[in-house]
Amino acid sequence: MDLRLPSKVLEHILSFVDSNEDRNSVSLVCKSWFETERRTRKRVIVRNCYAVTPEAVARRFPEMRSLTLKGKPHFADYNLVPDGWGGYAWPWIEAMAEKCPSLEELRLKRMVVTDECLEKIAASFKDFKVLVLTSCEGFSTDGLAAIAVACSNLRELELRECIVEDLGGDWLSYFPETLTSLVSLDFSCLDSEVKLSDLERLVSRSPNLKSLKLNRAVSLDALGSLLRLAPQLVELGTGSFSDKLDQEAVSKLSQAFSEMKELKSLSGLWDVLPEYIPLLYSVCPGLTSLNLSYATVQMPDLLELLTRCSNLQKLWVMDLIEDKGLEVVASSCKELRELRVFPSGAEGLNDTNVAMTEQGLVSVSEGCPNLESVLYFCVQFTNAAMVTIARNRPNLKCFRLCVMEPFAPDHKTQKPLDEGFKAIVERCKDLQRLSVSGLLTDKAFEYIGTHGKKLRMLSIAFAGDSDLMLHHLLSGCESLNKLEIRDCPFGDTALVANAAKLETMRSLWMSSCCVSFGACKLLSQKMPKLNVEVIDEHPLETRPDSSPVERIYIYRTLAGPRLDMPEFVWTIQKNPEIGVSHLAIK
Amino acid sequence: MSYQLLSVDKEGLATSPGLKERNYMGLSDCSSVDSSTIPNVDKKSSLNFKATELRLGLPESSQSPQRETDYRLLSPRTPDEKLLFPLLPCKDHASGNKRGYLAKSGSNNAPAAKAQVVGWPPIRSYRKNTMASSTSKNTNEVGLGPLFVKVSMDGAPYLRKVDLRTYTCYQHLSSALEKMFSCFTLGQCGLHGAHGRERMSEVKLKDLLHGSEFVLTYEDKDGDWMLVGDVPWEIFTESCRKLKIMKGSDSIGLAPSAVEKSKNKD
Repeated sequence: MDLRLPSKVLEHILSFVDSNEDRNSVSLVCKSWFETERRTRKRVIVRNCYAVTPEAVARRFPEMRSLTLKGKPHFADYNLVPDGWGGYAWPWIEAMAEKCPSLEELRLKRMVVTDECLEKIAASFKDFKVLVLTSCEGFSTDGLAAIAVACSNLRELELRECIVEDLGGDWLSYFPETLTSLVSLDFSCLDSEVKLSDLERLVSRSPNLKSLKLNRAVSLDALGSLLRLAPQLVELGTGSFSDKLDQEAVSKLSQAFSEMKELKSLSGLWDVLPEYIPLLYSVCPGLTSLNLSYATVQMPDLLELLTRCSNLQKLWVMDLIEDKGLEVVASSCKELRELRVFPSGAEGLNDTNVAMTEQGLVSVSEGCPNLESVLYFCVQFTNAAMVTIARNRPNLKCFRLCVMEPFAPDHKTQKPLDEGFKAIVERCKDLQRLSVSGLLTDKAFEYIGTHGKKLRMLSIAFAGDSDLMLHHLLSGCESLNKLEIRDCPFGDTALVANAAKLETMRSLWMSSCCVSFGACKLLSQKMPKLNVEVIDEHPLETRPDSSPVERIYIYRTLAGPRLDMPEFVWTIQKNPEIGVSHLAIK
Repeated sequence: MSYQLLSVDKEGLATSPGLKERNYMGLSDCSSVDSSTIPNVDKKSSLNFKATELRLGLPESSQSPQRETDYRLLSPRTPDEKLLFPLLPCKDHASGNKRGYLAKSGSNNAPAAKAQVVGWPPIRSYRKNTMASSTSKNTNEVGLGPLFVKVSMDGAPYLRKVDLRTYTCYQHLSSALEKMFSCFTLGQCGLHGAHGRERMSEVKLKDLLHGSEFVLTYEDKDGDWMLVGDVPWEIFTESCRKLKIMKGSDSIGLAPSAVEKSKNKD
């Protein structure tokens, strides 16, 4: 009797399985399940574009409709990855154009995307619908024009914090009159002014438009007319909120806001003047997401706004909110899940003279029972505060504390912040992401290694005393997936001793640590399934084994060494003649 | 736990209170580790091969692993090497080359020069640039905020931004650009696979610039493209809107007072 599930039945069942994690499990059951799964997977996510070749992905998932790719390591956001390192979108787009021309959605993060890439997308994918570029660079507004003009079924075009060569605002005018399918448009990171009349016409012929994020150049006046054309918006990113409007314009704008019954997310608010904040009162009760991180508005002007946001789940602000403002958040925003507080000082360090301390976060941890994700920039912190936060919020999943002064101890006791972080990892059993800062000894990492069993991503800077720190982490944190470290005083021993661990992780980044060239070579030789990249902009003429490397980036890969490495990236493949005669291996 | 102070380039340290240097080369007393501390790096010593013996394999127990490696840093950086990016080695003259976390971004024109650490605090460049242009809009003072201009290069896949305030003269600027764009001229981007550029080994941008294959030009306030270098530095920083490294052949006809605008086409 054949007990095998007919593939048609399996296909039907799989059409209900959306999660890729589940699909990955399905594909491991047996060959026929693998085959059925791969032929039916529509959404593919590759979190390290160098872990696998584009051709392999296209071959395995021929029915792919949506592809998500991530390129550079996270620390590239902070300029720690030199330009030219890699992360090019082109090979992927080229491969998909050839093998998966039915591709409809492309989401890229931290990749280099050129105008050629965008033109290729426009030319190759007939039913292209979604383009989301996050922290990407390399293209100009000309590339956007290519997308606008050719993708007749475009639904989403989102540029999130990209660095774009801005040649002007004409690109927007290339959307044809026949395009009526737009659901989401985000050009908030562009500088140039677009033609308002074209934008208005685009908005008015897009009945499905749900998300519109304007750039700073769109004036407050223009905002009014746009809102009147799209009262159905669910997400709005305003432009500059600072023009001087006359009374009539103000009341019309107020009216427009009050018509927006569906609005859930608000951002932008560049340069918002305090006298315009009341314009937003009518939408506050409906908001679940509020991004004030570019709104340079001080206290107490924010208070009235915050008290009205009783349904807020996500709040991004600057430290201008101060402890007082966070107290108001704690008492008004009971649904809060995610809080991010960014520094307002231009350089962040020593520039802040706002009254925001650890107390602000403590208040929020007390008042908001659903708080699970925190990013908090602060000048200083205390162990006691972290202990309290941990006690209040054992449900934390993401805790990123950035004490901006490197090596800052507990400012009340002058002790290291070891005990504070210990409380966090001990109590918050579901913690998946952690960033540490301040003065930390090896002990802190012993605690993290002991308790951080669910920890997947860990970011460390200016911490620890010795190799023990790294050893605790690599040997203790079972779920560790991404580890990024800068300016910490250790390297080889722990790295080499825990080499096998590296294959269970997506990637490891270490910069300005004490990893020697010899250790890198050894790791490369012993771990063929890893790419060990030494990134040195200023290499020595000859590289003795004991010389420290500037940066090392290690990641597991099925693709082998990559072919697009710039000169300043070294891998062992570049020097095949290096032998092991003087390195003893046990 | 005792922490040692490095002696650091004083201009780098400037007026940041509370920032302490840490000596990363193991001179601090780590009580949790077996007492074989790393000896002071005081002179060029020969490679101690036994000491570089590395082990591969998981440790037996959770006790502190034997610290058997003995690293001595060799080859201190040449003193006149200009490092305009990430770390500048903090020269401790008594003990060779140690690395501190302090970095310099060229020479800083800002009045109270703060020690700037690259990528710290960890704020995305996009946010930094945006906030910077916010504050410069809000201040009436001229010349205190950063002055970002875009730099593009013929044939390079994308452009960069530089802050003109961090340079004091043309020489600085040109060295920085040289470093920034050298990877493109060396054809190492491998951008488009098969049709990437030929690798030009050993050829530096500087040589190209001096051999007039590439020239540095800028667009001024009036939208005119000029050759860089003919006006005094201060006037240049005030009027420069954009920089472009052009192929020499494209710049024929551009003179210091030329008014022809060159097209920025790929």
